[in-house]
Amino acid sequence: MADAKGIYILAELDEGLKPTSLTLELMGLGQRLASDLATDLNAVLLGSGAQAAAQELARYGTGEVLLLDEPALSGYHPEIYIEVLAGLLRSRPPLVLLAGHTSMGQDLLPRLAFALDCGLVSDCVGLRVEGEEVLFTRPVYGGNALATQRVETPTAMATVRARVGDAPSPAGTAAAVIPLEVSPPAQTRLEMKGKEVLSGRECPLEEAPVVVSGGRGMGGEEGFGQLREIAALMGGAVGASRPPVDSGWAASTCQVGITGKVVAPDIYIAVAISGSTQHLSGMSESGKIVAINKDPDAYIFKVSDYGVVGEWKQLLPSFTAALKELPKV
Amino acid sequence: MGLNIIVCAKQVPDPEGPPSSFEINEAELKVTARGIPPVINPFDENALEAAMRIKESHEQVSITLISMGKGISKAVILKAVAVGADASLLVEGDSLDASLLDSFATARLLAAAVARAGGYDLVLCGRQAADTNAGLVGLGLAQLLGIPAITLAQKVDVAGDGVVVERVLPDGYEVVEAPLPALVTVSGEVGDLRYPSLQAIKAAKAIPQTVLGLADLDLDPSTLGRVRTVALAAPSRERRCKMVEGETPEEAGRNLVLALRQDKVI
Repeated sequence: MADAKGIYILAELDEGLKPTSLTLELMGLGQRLASDLATDLNAVLLGSGAQAAAQELARYGTGEVLLLDEPALSGYHPEIYIEVLAGLLRSRPPLVLLAGHTSMGQDLLPRLAFALDCGLVSDCVGLRVEGEEVLFTRPVYGGNALATQRVETPTAMATVRARVGDAPSPAGTAAAVIPLEVSPPAQTRLEMKGKEVLSGRECPLEEAPVVVSGGRGMGGEEGFGQLREIAALMGGAVGASRPPVDSGWAASTCQVGITGKVVAPDIYIAVAISGSTQHLSGMSESGKIVAINKDPDAYIFKVSDYGVVGEWKQLLPSFTAALKELPKV
Repeated sequence: MGLNIIVCAKQVPDPEGPPSSFEINEAELKVTARGIPPVINPFDENALEAAMRIKESHEQVSITLISMGKGISKAVILKAVAVGADASLLVEGDSLDASLLDSFATARLLAAAVARAGGYDLVLCGRQAADTNAGLVGLGLAQLLGIPAITLAQKVDVAGDGVVVERVLPDGYEVVEAPLPALVTVSGEVGDLRYPSLQAIKAAKAIPQTVLGLADLDLDPSTLGRVRTVALAAPSRERRCKMVEGETPEEAGRNLVLALRQDKVI
Protein backbone atom coordinates (compact mmCIF):
# COMPACT_ATOMS: atom_id res chain seq x y z
CA MET A 1 0.00 0.00 0.00
CA ALA A 2 1.16 3.50 -0.83
CA ASP A 3 1.67 6.07 1.94
CA ALA A 4 -1.58 7.43 3.33
CA LYS A 5 -2.17 11.05 2.38
CA GLY A 6 -4.91 13.62 2.02
CA ILE A 7 -8.36 14.10 3.49
CA TYR A 8 -11.09 12.41 1.46
CA ILE A 9 -14.80 13.15 1.71
CA LEU A 10 -17.22 10.47 0.53
CA ALA A 11 -19.89 12.60 -1.14
CA GLU A 12 -23.59 11.80 -1.23
CA LEU A 13 -26.10 13.25 -3.66
CA ASP A 14 -29.74 14.12 -3.15
CA GLU A 15 -32.46 13.11 -5.58
CA GLY A 16 -31.73 16.14 -7.72
CA LEU A 17 -28.11 14.87 -8.07
CA LYS A 18 -26.75 17.77 -6.01
CA PRO A 19 -24.37 17.24 -3.07
CA THR A 20 -26.37 16.91 0.16
CA SER A 21 -26.03 19.62 2.80
CA LEU A 22 -24.18 17.12 5.01
CA THR A 23 -21.69 16.49 2.18
CA LEU A 24 -21.01 20.23 1.96
CA GLU A 25 -20.60 20.39 5.76
CA LEU A 26 -18.03 17.59 5.46
CA MET A 27 -16.18 19.60 2.79
CA GLY A 28 -16.11 22.51 5.27
CA LEU A 29 -14.85 20.24 8.01
CA GLY A 30 -12.34 18.70 5.60
CA GLN A 31 -10.99 22.15 4.69
CA ARG A 32 -10.18 22.78 8.35
CA LEU A 33 -8.53 19.36 8.86
CA ALA A 34 -6.58 19.60 5.59
CA SER A 35 -5.28 23.03 6.52
CA ASP A 36 -4.28 21.90 10.03
CA LEU A 37 -2.53 18.82 8.67
CA ALA A 38 -1.04 20.66 5.67
CA THR A 39 -2.52 18.20 3.21
CA ASP A 40 -5.05 18.26 0.37
CA LEU A 41 -8.82 18.04 0.54
CA ASN A 42 -10.29 15.59 -1.93
CA ALA A 43 -13.71 14.09 -2.61
CA VAL A 44 -14.91 10.74 -3.88
CA LEU A 45 -18.21 10.69 -5.70
CA LEU A 46 -20.05 7.55 -6.78
CA GLY A 47 -23.18 7.91 -8.85
CA SER A 48 -24.73 8.20 -12.24
CA GLY A 49 -25.00 11.55 -14.02
CA ALA A 50 -22.93 13.17 -11.30
CA GLN A 51 -20.64 15.43 -13.39
CA ALA A 52 -22.27 18.68 -12.27
CA ALA A 53 -22.05 17.64 -8.61
CA ALA A 54 -18.38 16.78 -9.09
CA GLN A 55 -17.75 20.28 -10.49
CA GLU A 56 -19.48 21.82 -7.50
CA LEU A 57 -17.41 19.77 -5.03
CA ALA A 58 -14.27 20.73 -6.93
CA ARG A 59 -14.85 24.40 -5.97
CA TYR A 60 -14.14 23.52 -2.34
CA GLY A 61 -11.36 20.96 -2.68
CA THR A 62 -7.67 21.57 -3.17
CA GLY A 63 -6.66 18.14 -4.48
CA GLU A 64 -8.88 16.02 -6.66
CA VAL A 65 -12.50 14.98 -7.01
CA LEU A 66 -12.55 11.32 -7.96
CA LEU A 67 -15.65 10.74 -10.05
CA LEU A 68 -16.95 7.22 -10.48
CA ASP A 69 -19.86 7.75 -12.84
CA GLU A 70 -21.64 4.62 -13.93
CA PRO A 71 -25.29 3.48 -14.12
CA ALA A 72 -24.59 0.57 -11.73
CA LEU A 73 -23.70 3.16 -9.07
CA SER A 74 -26.92 5.19 -9.36
CA GLY A 75 -28.34 3.70 -6.15
CA TYR A 76 -26.52 2.38 -3.09
CA HIS A 77 -25.73 -1.32 -3.31
CA PRO A 78 -23.39 -2.36 -0.46
CA GLU A 79 -21.39 -4.95 -2.38
CA ILE A 80 -20.97 -2.90 -5.55
CA TYR A 81 -19.95 0.20 -3.61
CA ILE A 82 -17.52 -1.77 -1.42
CA GLU A 83 -15.86 -3.47 -4.35
CA VAL A 84 -15.38 -0.21 -6.22
CA LEU A 85 -14.32 1.87 -3.21
CA ALA A 86 -12.02 -0.69 -1.62
CA GLY A 87 -10.08 -0.98 -4.90
CA LEU A 88 -9.82 2.79 -5.17
CA LEU A 89 -8.70 3.35 -1.56
CA ARG A 90 -6.08 0.59 -1.75
CA SER A 91 -4.35 2.48 -4.54
CA ARG A 92 -4.89 5.91 -2.93
CA PRO A 93 -4.95 5.37 0.84
CA PRO A 94 -6.21 8.56 2.55
CA LEU A 95 -5.03 9.86 5.91
CA VAL A 96 -8.68 10.45 6.78
CA LEU A 97 -11.87 9.36 5.03
CA LEU A 98 -15.05 11.08 6.20
CA ALA A 99 -18.62 10.13 5.35
CA GLY A 100 -21.95 11.33 6.70
CA HIS A 101 -23.54 9.29 9.50
CA THR A 102 -26.42 8.60 7.12
CA SER A 103 -28.32 5.51 6.09
CA MET A 104 -25.56 4.81 3.54
CA GLY A 105 -22.64 5.92 5.70
CA GLN A 106 -23.68 3.68 8.59
CA ASP A 107 -23.88 0.67 6.28
CA LEU A 108 -20.93 1.34 4.00
CA LEU A 109 -18.12 2.62 6.23
CA PRO A 110 -18.05 -0.34 8.67
CA ARG A 111 -17.87 -2.72 5.68
CA LEU A 112 -15.09 -0.65 4.17
CA ALA A 113 -13.17 -0.38 7.45
CA PHE A 114 -13.19 -4.13 8.03
CA ALA A 115 -12.41 -4.87 4.37
CA LEU A 116 -9.33 -2.60 4.48
CA ASP A 117 -8.50 -3.20 8.16
CA CYS A 118 -8.70 0.51 8.97
CA GLY A 119 -9.94 1.97 12.24
CA LEU A 120 -13.33 3.69 12.07
CA VAL A 121 -15.04 6.04 14.52
CA SER A 122 -18.77 6.23 13.91
CA ASP A 123 -21.31 8.93 14.75
CA CYS A 124 -18.73 11.68 15.39
CA VAL A 125 -19.90 14.97 16.85
CA GLY A 126 -16.46 16.59 16.92
CA LEU A 127 -13.12 16.34 15.08
CA ARG A 128 -9.92 18.20 15.78
CA VAL A 129 -6.26 18.00 14.90
CA GLU A 130 -3.78 17.56 17.71
CA GLY A 131 -0.16 17.38 16.67
CA GLU A 132 -0.06 15.21 13.57
CA GLU A 133 -3.26 13.31 14.16
CA VAL A 134 -7.01 13.74 14.16
CA LEU A 135 -8.99 13.16 17.35
CA PHE A 136 -12.60 12.13 17.01
CA THR A 137 -15.30 12.76 19.62
CA ARG A 138 -18.46 10.68 19.82
CA PRO A 139 -21.26 10.13 22.33
CA VAL A 140 -21.29 6.84 24.26
CA TYR A 141 -23.63 5.39 26.88
CA GLY A 142 -26.63 6.92 25.18
CA GLY A 143 -25.04 10.36 25.25
CA ASN A 144 -24.26 10.24 28.97
CA ALA A 145 -20.56 10.52 28.13
CA LEU A 146 -18.40 11.84 25.30
CA ALA A 147 -15.42 9.73 24.25
CA THR A 148 -12.47 11.19 22.37
CA GLN A 149 -10.78 8.57 20.26
CA ARG A 150 -7.75 8.15 18.03
CA VAL A 151 -7.40 5.70 15.19
CA GLU A 152 -4.31 3.51 15.24
CA THR A 153 -4.14 2.57 11.56
CA PRO A 154 -2.49 4.72 8.83
CA THR A 155 -5.93 5.50 7.40
CA ALA A 156 -8.59 6.78 9.79
CA MET A 157 -12.26 6.59 8.85
CA ALA A 158 -15.20 8.32 10.46
CA THR A 159 -18.91 8.89 9.97
CA VAL A 160 -19.98 12.36 11.04
CA ARG A 161 -23.36 13.63 12.20
CA ALA A 162 -25.19 16.49 10.51
CA ARG A 163 -24.43 20.03 11.73
CA VAL A 164 -20.94 19.19 13.00
CA GLY A 165 -19.19 20.85 10.06
CA ASP A 166 -19.72 24.31 8.55
CA ALA A 167 -20.54 25.26 4.99
CA PRO A 168 -17.30 25.32 2.97
CA SER A 169 -15.81 28.36 1.30
CA PRO A 170 -14.57 28.14 -2.29
CA ALA A 171 -10.89 27.20 -2.51
CA GLY A 172 -8.48 29.51 -4.39
CA THR A 173 -8.08 27.13 -7.29
CA ALA A 174 -10.63 24.44 -7.91
CA ALA A 175 -9.67 20.79 -7.45
CA ALA A 176 -9.31 18.65 -10.55
CA VAL A 177 -12.24 16.41 -11.42
CA ILE A 178 -10.78 13.02 -12.32
CA PRO A 179 -13.19 10.56 -13.95
CA LEU A 180 -12.16 6.98 -13.19
CA GLU A 181 -12.98 3.77 -14.99
CA VAL A 182 -15.37 1.64 -12.99
CA SER A 183 -15.73 -2.10 -13.27
CA PRO A 184 -18.58 -3.11 -10.98
CA PRO A 185 -18.63 -6.76 -9.89
CA ALA A 186 -20.56 -9.00 -12.27
CA GLN A 187 -22.19 -10.92 -9.43
CA THR A 188 -23.42 -9.90 -6.01
CA ARG A 189 -24.77 -11.96 -3.13
CA LEU A 190 -27.21 -9.29 -1.98
CA GLU A 191 -30.22 -8.79 -4.18
CA MET A 192 -32.11 -5.52 -3.90
CA LYS A 193 -35.78 -6.29 -4.49
CA GLY A 194 -37.19 -2.80 -4.51
CA LYS A 195 -38.07 0.07 -2.25
CA GLU A 196 -41.29 0.95 -0.51
CA VAL A 197 -41.83 4.64 0.29
CA LEU A 198 -44.20 5.01 3.21
CA SER A 199 -46.70 7.85 3.17
CA GLY A 200 -46.19 10.42 5.87
CA ARG A 201 -42.46 9.83 5.67
CA GLU A 202 -41.85 11.91 2.54
CA CYS A 203 -40.16 14.37 4.86
CA PRO A 204 -37.87 12.03 6.78
CA LEU A 205 -37.30 13.08 10.38
CA GLU A 206 -33.53 13.08 10.00
CA GLU A 207 -33.65 15.60 7.15
CA ALA A 208 -36.50 17.81 8.37
CA PRO A 209 -35.46 21.42 9.15
CA VAL A 210 -38.13 21.53 11.87
CA VAL A 211 -39.19 18.68 14.15
CA VAL A 212 -42.27 18.98 16.38
CA SER A 213 -42.30 16.20 18.98
CA GLY A 214 -44.80 15.12 21.59
CA GLY A 215 -44.18 13.22 24.81
CA ARG A 216 -45.96 11.32 27.55
CA GLY A 217 -47.90 14.43 28.55
CA MET A 218 -49.77 14.40 25.22
CA GLY A 219 -51.98 11.83 26.90
CA GLY A 220 -53.21 10.23 23.68
CA GLU A 221 -53.26 10.17 19.92
CA GLU A 222 -55.42 13.27 19.40
CA GLY A 223 -52.76 15.81 20.34
CA PHE A 224 -50.46 14.50 17.63
CA GLY A 225 -52.93 15.86 15.06
CA GLN A 226 -52.18 19.36 16.36
CA LEU A 227 -48.44 18.66 16.22
CA ARG A 228 -48.85 17.56 12.59
CA GLU A 229 -50.60 20.82 11.76
CA ILE A 230 -47.75 22.82 13.30
CA ALA A 231 -45.15 20.68 11.53
CA ALA A 232 -46.93 21.21 8.21
CA LEU A 233 -47.06 24.99 8.76
CA MET A 234 -43.33 25.07 9.52
CA GLY A 235 -42.30 22.65 6.76
CA GLY A 236 -41.22 20.01 9.22
CA ALA A 237 -41.94 16.54 10.52
CA VAL A 238 -43.54 15.09 13.64
CA GLY A 239 -41.50 13.19 16.21
CA ALA A 240 -42.18 11.59 19.56
CA SER A 241 -40.37 10.53 22.68
CA ARG A 242 -40.53 6.88 23.71
CA PRO A 243 -43.72 6.78 25.86
CA PRO A 244 -46.14 7.82 23.06
CA VAL A 245 -44.56 5.19 20.80
CA ASP A 246 -44.85 2.51 23.49
CA SER A 247 -48.49 3.53 24.04
CA GLY A 248 -49.24 3.38 20.32
CA TRP A 249 -50.07 7.11 19.97
CA ALA A 250 -47.25 7.59 17.45
CA ALA A 251 -45.49 5.30 14.95
CA SER A 252 -42.17 3.77 16.00
CA THR A 253 -40.56 5.46 12.98
CA CYS A 254 -41.29 8.81 14.70
CA GLN A 255 -39.30 8.01 17.81
CA VAL A 256 -36.51 10.48 18.57
CA GLY A 257 -33.84 9.25 20.95
CA ILE A 258 -30.93 6.92 21.26
CA THR A 259 -33.15 3.92 20.50
CA GLY A 260 -34.93 5.80 17.72
CA LYS A 261 -33.79 8.50 15.33
CA VAL A 262 -31.02 10.97 16.04
CA VAL A 263 -32.04 14.36 14.66
CA ALA A 264 -30.50 17.81 14.58
CA PRO A 265 -33.01 20.13 12.88
CA ASP A 266 -32.73 23.93 12.85
CA ILE A 267 -35.69 24.05 15.24
CA TYR A 268 -36.81 21.30 17.62
CA ILE A 269 -40.09 21.82 19.45
CA ALA A 270 -40.61 19.51 22.43
CA VAL A 271 -44.20 19.43 23.62
CA ALA A 272 -45.02 17.68 26.92
CA ILE A 273 -41.60 16.00 26.93
CA SER A 274 -39.80 15.98 30.29
CA GLY A 275 -36.33 15.31 28.83
CA SER A 276 -34.97 11.84 29.60
CA THR A 277 -31.34 11.20 28.68
CA GLN A 278 -32.31 8.75 26.03
CA HIS A 279 -34.50 11.38 24.33
CA LEU A 280 -31.98 14.20 24.75
CA SER A 281 -29.33 12.07 23.06
CA GLY A 282 -31.51 12.08 19.97
CA MET A 283 -32.02 15.85 19.69
CA SER A 284 -29.61 17.86 21.84
CA GLU A 285 -27.55 18.91 18.80
CA SER A 286 -30.56 20.77 17.33
CA GLY A 287 -30.12 24.41 16.34
CA LYS A 288 -32.78 25.97 18.56
CA ILE A 289 -34.78 23.96 21.08
CA VAL A 290 -38.24 25.10 22.17
CA ALA A 291 -39.98 23.42 25.12
CA ILE A 292 -43.62 23.53 26.16
CA ASN A 293 -44.28 21.75 29.45
CA LYS A 294 -46.69 22.21 32.35
CA ASP A 295 -43.99 21.36 34.90
CA PRO A 296 -41.72 24.40 35.48
CA ASP A 297 -39.03 22.06 36.89
CA ALA A 298 -38.99 19.74 33.86
CA TYR A 299 -35.39 19.00 32.85
CA ILE A 300 -36.17 19.83 29.22
CA PHE A 301 -36.09 23.59 30.09
CA LYS A 302 -32.44 23.27 31.14
CA VAL A 303 -31.47 22.16 27.65
CA SER A 304 -33.80 24.48 25.72
CA ASP A 305 -33.39 27.97 24.23
CA TYR A 306 -37.06 28.91 24.61
CA GLY A 307 -39.56 27.66 27.14
CA VAL A 308 -43.21 28.14 27.97
CA VAL A 309 -44.73 26.69 31.14
CA GLY A 310 -48.28 25.57 30.53
CA GLU A 311 -50.73 22.97 29.28
CA TRP A 312 -50.19 22.20 25.61
CA LYS A 313 -53.98 22.02 25.12
CA GLN A 314 -54.27 25.67 26.06
CA LEU A 315 -51.09 26.89 24.36
CA LEU A 316 -51.00 25.13 21.00
CA PRO A 317 -54.19 26.58 19.44
CA SER A 318 -53.00 30.18 19.84
CA PHE A 319 -49.44 29.18 18.88
CA THR A 320 -50.79 27.59 15.68
CA ALA A 321 -53.05 30.55 14.91
CA ALA A 322 -50.20 33.03 15.41
CA LEU A 323 -47.97 30.93 13.10
CA LYS A 324 -50.63 31.14 10.37
CA GLU A 325 -50.93 34.90 10.74
CA LEU A 326 -47.21 35.49 10.70
CA PRO A 327 -46.19 37.64 7.73
CA LYS A 328 -43.70 35.94 5.42
CA VAL A 329 -40.14 37.21 5.64
CA MET B 1 -32.81 -30.18 7.49
CA GLY B 2 -32.84 -27.70 10.32
CA LEU B 3 -32.05 -24.01 10.44
CA ASN B 4 -29.48 -22.85 12.98
CA ILE B 5 -29.75 -19.25 14.11
CA ILE B 6 -27.13 -17.53 16.25
CA VAL B 7 -28.22 -14.43 18.16
CA CYS B 8 -25.42 -12.24 19.54
CA ALA B 9 -26.46 -10.49 22.73
CA LYS B 10 -24.43 -8.03 24.78
CA GLN B 11 -25.06 -7.20 28.40
CA VAL B 12 -25.22 -3.43 28.99
CA PRO B 13 -26.25 -1.13 31.85
CA ASP B 14 -29.95 -0.31 31.44
CA PRO B 15 -29.92 2.56 28.89
CA GLU B 16 -33.14 3.91 30.41
CA GLY B 17 -31.27 4.68 33.64
CA PRO B 18 -31.07 8.34 34.75
CA PRO B 19 -27.93 10.33 33.78
CA SER B 20 -26.74 10.29 37.42
CA SER B 21 -26.33 6.51 37.28
CA PHE B 22 -23.53 6.76 34.70
CA GLU B 23 -20.36 7.61 36.59
CA ILE B 24 -17.58 8.90 34.36
CA ASN B 25 -14.06 8.03 35.44
CA GLU B 26 -11.95 10.41 33.38
CA ALA B 27 -8.64 8.99 34.64
CA GLU B 28 -9.40 5.35 33.93
CA LEU B 29 -11.42 6.18 30.78
CA LYS B 30 -14.32 4.15 32.07
CA VAL B 31 -18.01 4.66 32.59
CA THR B 32 -19.36 2.77 35.59
CA ALA B 33 -23.08 2.21 35.99
CA ARG B 34 -24.32 2.71 39.56
CA GLY B 35 -27.62 1.45 40.90
CA ILE B 36 -29.07 0.31 37.58
CA PRO B 37 -29.42 -3.33 36.60
CA PRO B 38 -27.63 -4.96 33.68
CA VAL B 39 -29.92 -5.82 30.78
CA ILE B 40 -29.57 -7.37 27.34
CA ASN B 41 -28.90 -4.59 24.86
CA PRO B 42 -32.40 -3.58 23.60
CA PHE B 43 -31.49 -4.00 19.91
CA ASP B 44 -30.12 -7.49 20.66
CA GLU B 45 -33.48 -8.25 22.28
CA ASN B 46 -35.08 -7.18 19.00
CA ALA B 47 -32.71 -9.63 17.24
CA LEU B 48 -33.83 -12.43 19.54
CA GLU B 49 -37.46 -11.53 18.89
CA ALA B 50 -36.79 -11.71 15.12
CA ALA B 51 -35.25 -15.17 15.65
CA MET B 52 -38.31 -16.27 17.66
CA ARG B 53 -40.66 -15.22 14.85
CA ILE B 54 -38.67 -17.32 12.37
CA LYS B 55 -38.75 -20.22 14.82
CA GLU B 56 -42.53 -19.94 15.10
CA SER B 57 -43.17 -20.01 11.39
CA HIS B 58 -40.63 -22.65 10.29
CA GLU B 59 -39.87 -26.26 11.19
CA GLN B 60 -36.73 -27.36 12.99
CA VAL B 61 -35.30 -23.98 13.92
CA SER B 62 -32.65 -23.95 16.62
CA ILE B 63 -31.50 -20.74 18.34
CA THR B 64 -28.13 -20.34 20.04
CA LEU B 65 -27.59 -17.22 22.14
CA ILE B 66 -23.99 -15.98 22.30
CA SER B 67 -22.85 -13.41 24.85
CA MET B 68 -19.35 -12.15 25.54
CA GLY B 69 -18.07 -9.88 28.28
CA LYS B 70 -16.90 -9.47 31.83
CA GLY B 71 -19.22 -10.47 34.67
CA ILE B 72 -22.17 -11.63 32.59
CA SER B 73 -25.25 -11.89 34.83
CA LYS B 74 -26.58 -15.45 34.90
CA ALA B 75 -30.10 -14.14 35.60
CA VAL B 76 -30.07 -11.83 32.58
CA ILE B 77 -28.90 -14.62 30.26
CA LEU B 78 -31.34 -17.11 31.79
CA LYS B 79 -34.27 -14.80 31.14
CA ALA B 80 -33.24 -14.33 27.50
CA VAL B 81 -32.62 -18.04 27.00
CA ALA B 82 -36.02 -18.80 28.53
CA VAL B 83 -37.75 -16.84 25.78
CA GLY B 84 -36.96 -19.67 23.39
CA ALA B 85 -33.25 -20.37 22.85
CA ASP B 86 -32.08 -23.96 22.47
CA ALA B 87 -28.52 -23.38 23.68
CA SER B 88 -26.27 -20.61 24.94
CA LEU B 89 -22.57 -19.89 24.65
CA LEU B 90 -20.90 -17.47 27.03
CA VAL B 91 -17.37 -16.12 26.61
CA GLU B 92 -16.27 -14.58 29.87
CA GLY B 93 -13.11 -12.95 31.14
CA ASP B 94 -11.76 -9.83 32.84
CA SER B 95 -10.05 -8.75 29.63
CA LEU B 96 -13.41 -8.88 27.84
CA ASP B 97 -14.60 -5.77 29.68
CA ALA B 98 -16.53 -3.68 27.13
CA SER B 99 -14.54 -0.56 28.02
CA LEU B 100 -11.25 -2.30 27.13
CA LEU B 101 -12.33 -3.59 23.73
CA ASP B 102 -13.06 -1.57 20.61
CA SER B 103 -15.47 -2.78 17.94
CA PHE B 104 -12.63 -4.30 15.92
CA ALA B 105 -11.37 -6.48 18.77
CA THR B 106 -14.94 -7.39 19.72
CA ALA B 107 -15.79 -8.51 16.19
CA ARG B 108 -12.68 -10.70 15.98
CA LEU B 109 -13.32 -12.33 19.36
CA LEU B 110 -16.96 -12.84 18.49
CA ALA B 111 -16.03 -14.42 15.15
CA ALA B 112 -13.87 -16.92 17.04
CA ALA B 113 -16.76 -17.60 19.44
CA VAL B 114 -19.20 -18.13 16.56
CA ALA B 115 -16.77 -20.67 15.08
CA ARG B 116 -16.96 -22.55 18.39
CA ALA B 117 -20.77 -22.57 18.38
CA GLY B 118 -20.96 -25.15 15.60
CA GLY B 119 -22.71 -24.61 12.30
CA TYR B 120 -24.98 -21.67 11.59
CA ASP B 121 -27.28 -20.55 8.80
CA LEU B 122 -28.21 -17.13 10.07
CA VAL B 123 -26.51 -14.76 12.53
CA LEU B 124 -28.65 -12.01 14.04
CA CYS B 125 -27.22 -9.00 15.90
CA GLY B 126 -28.74 -5.78 17.21
CA ARG B 127 -28.07 -2.73 15.02
CA GLN B 128 -25.84 -1.26 17.74
CA ALA B 129 -25.10 -1.62 21.44
CA ALA B 130 -26.70 0.76 23.91
CA ASP B 131 -23.39 1.46 25.69
CA THR B 132 -20.85 1.98 22.90
CA ASN B 133 -23.48 2.95 20.27
CA ALA B 134 -21.03 2.32 17.40
CA GLY B 135 -22.94 -0.06 15.13
CA LEU B 136 -19.78 -1.72 13.79
CA VAL B 137 -19.59 -5.19 15.28
CA GLY B 138 -22.36 -6.84 13.25
CA LEU B 139 -20.95 -5.78 9.89
CA GLY B 140 -17.42 -6.58 11.04
CA LEU B 141 -18.45 -10.04 12.17
CA ALA B 142 -20.01 -10.75 8.76
CA GLN B 143 -16.86 -9.57 7.01
CA LEU B 144 -14.68 -11.80 9.20
CA LEU B 145 -16.98 -14.79 8.71
CA GLY B 146 -17.05 -14.10 4.97
CA ILE B 147 -20.84 -14.03 4.76
CA PRO B 148 -23.20 -11.42 3.27
CA ALA B 149 -24.69 -8.87 5.66
CA ILE B 150 -27.87 -6.81 5.65
CA THR B 151 -28.31 -4.00 8.18
CA LEU B 152 -31.25 -2.33 9.93
CA ALA B 153 -33.89 -5.01 9.53
CA GLN B 154 -37.48 -4.24 10.48
CA LYS B 155 -38.51 -7.74 9.35
CA VAL B 156 -36.49 -10.92 8.82
CA ASP B 157 -37.73 -14.13 7.24
CA VAL B 158 -36.20 -17.22 5.72
CA ALA B 159 -37.38 -18.45 2.33
CA GLY B 160 -35.78 -21.47 0.70
CA ASP B 161 -32.05 -21.17 1.22
CA GLY B 162 -32.06 -17.41 1.56
CA VAL B 163 -32.98 -14.66 4.00
CA VAL B 164 -35.46 -11.93 3.08
CA VAL B 165 -35.11 -8.65 4.95
CA GLU B 166 -37.07 -5.44 5.05
CA ARG B 167 -34.34 -2.86 5.60
CA VAL B 168 -35.33 0.45 7.22
CA LEU B 169 -34.69 3.56 5.09
CA PRO B 170 -35.30 7.18 6.13
CA ASP B 171 -38.44 7.36 3.98
CA GLY B 172 -39.62 3.75 4.05
CA TYR B 173 -37.92 0.42 3.58
CA GLU B 174 -36.29 -1.74 0.92
CA VAL B 175 -36.47 -5.49 0.48
CA VAL B 176 -33.07 -7.18 0.34
CA GLU B 177 -32.34 -10.88 -0.11
CA ALA B 178 -29.17 -12.83 0.58
CA PRO B 179 -28.26 -16.51 0.32
CA LEU B 180 -27.65 -18.34 3.63
CA PRO B 181 -25.47 -18.33 5.59
CA ALA B 182 -25.90 -14.60 6.19
CA LEU B 183 -25.83 -12.00 8.96
CA VAL B 184 -28.59 -9.48 9.63
CA THR B 185 -28.51 -6.54 12.06
CA VAL B 186 -31.89 -5.84 13.57
CA SER B 187 -33.54 -2.49 14.34
CA GLY B 188 -36.11 -1.54 16.97
CA GLU B 189 -38.92 -1.57 14.37
CA VAL B 190 -38.95 -5.40 14.61
CA GLY B 191 -40.75 -5.06 17.93
CA ASP B 192 -40.09 -5.76 21.59
CA LEU B 193 -38.91 -9.12 22.85
CA ARG B 194 -41.70 -11.25 24.28
CA TYR B 195 -41.65 -12.15 27.97
CA PRO B 196 -40.84 -15.69 29.06
CA SER B 197 -43.23 -17.36 31.50
CA LEU B 198 -42.02 -18.09 35.04
CA GLN B 199 -42.26 -21.75 34.17
CA ALA B 200 -40.04 -21.23 31.12
CA ILE B 201 -37.48 -19.36 33.25
CA LYS B 202 -37.35 -22.33 35.64
CA ALA B 203 -37.03 -24.79 32.78
CA ALA B 204 -34.31 -22.67 31.13
CA LYS B 205 -31.74 -23.85 33.67
CA ALA B 206 -31.75 -27.19 31.86
CA ILE B 207 -30.99 -25.66 28.44
CA PRO B 208 -27.41 -26.52 27.43
CA GLN B 209 -24.87 -23.80 28.15
CA THR B 210 -21.22 -23.68 27.13
CA VAL B 211 -18.90 -21.34 28.99
CA LEU B 212 -15.59 -20.42 27.37
CA GLY B 213 -12.71 -18.29 28.53
CA LEU B 214 -10.44 -16.08 26.49
CA ALA B 215 -7.84 -18.87 26.31
CA ASP B 216 -10.33 -21.03 24.36
CA LEU B 217 -10.44 -18.46 21.57
CA ASP B 218 -6.69 -18.39 21.08
CA LEU B 219 -6.60 -14.62 20.48
CA ASP B 220 -4.84 -11.78 22.25
CA PRO B 221 -7.33 -8.89 22.60
CA SER B 222 -4.55 -6.35 23.12
CA THR B 223 -3.41 -6.79 19.51
CA LEU B 224 -6.87 -6.62 17.93
CA GLY B 225 -7.89 -3.01 18.54
CA ARG B 226 -7.84 -0.30 15.87
CA VAL B 227 -9.36 2.61 17.81
CA ARG B 228 -8.26 3.83 21.23
CA THR B 229 -10.20 6.07 23.62
CA VAL B 230 -7.93 8.85 24.88
CA ALA B 231 -10.38 10.97 26.87
CA LEU B 232 -13.80 10.67 28.41
CA ALA B 233 -15.95 13.58 29.57
CA ALA B 234 -19.47 14.47 30.60
CA PRO B 235 -21.43 16.22 27.84
CA SER B 236 -22.49 19.79 28.33
CA ARG B 237 -26.03 20.08 27.05
CA GLU B 238 -27.36 22.89 29.14
CA ARG B 239 -28.53 26.06 27.43
CA ARG B 240 -29.77 29.39 28.66
CA CYS B 241 -33.55 29.12 28.39
CA LYS B 242 -35.57 32.23 27.60
CA MET B 243 -38.90 31.74 29.38
CA VAL B 244 -41.82 33.17 27.43
CA GLU B 245 -44.86 34.22 29.45
CA GLY B 246 -48.31 35.73 28.99
CA GLU B 247 -51.32 36.90 30.99
CA THR B 248 -53.16 33.81 29.75
CA PRO B 249 -51.93 30.54 28.23
CA GLU B 250 -53.37 31.72 24.89
CA GLU B 251 -51.24 34.85 25.06
CA ALA B 252 -48.19 32.83 26.03
CA GLY B 253 -48.71 30.68 22.91
CA ARG B 254 -48.85 33.82 20.72
CA ASN B 255 -45.89 35.36 22.52
CA LEU B 256 -43.80 32.30 21.78
CA VAL B 257 -44.35 32.80 18.05
CA LEU B 258 -43.50 36.51 18.43
CA ALA B 259 -40.32 35.75 20.40
CA LEU B 260 -39.18 33.24 17.79
CA ARG B 261 -39.84 35.74 15.01
CA GLN B 262 -38.12 38.57 16.86
CA ASP B 263 -34.98 36.44 17.25
CA LYS B 264 -35.27 35.39 13.58
CA VAL B 265 -35.62 31.72 14.52
CA ILE B 266 -38.71 31.51 12.27
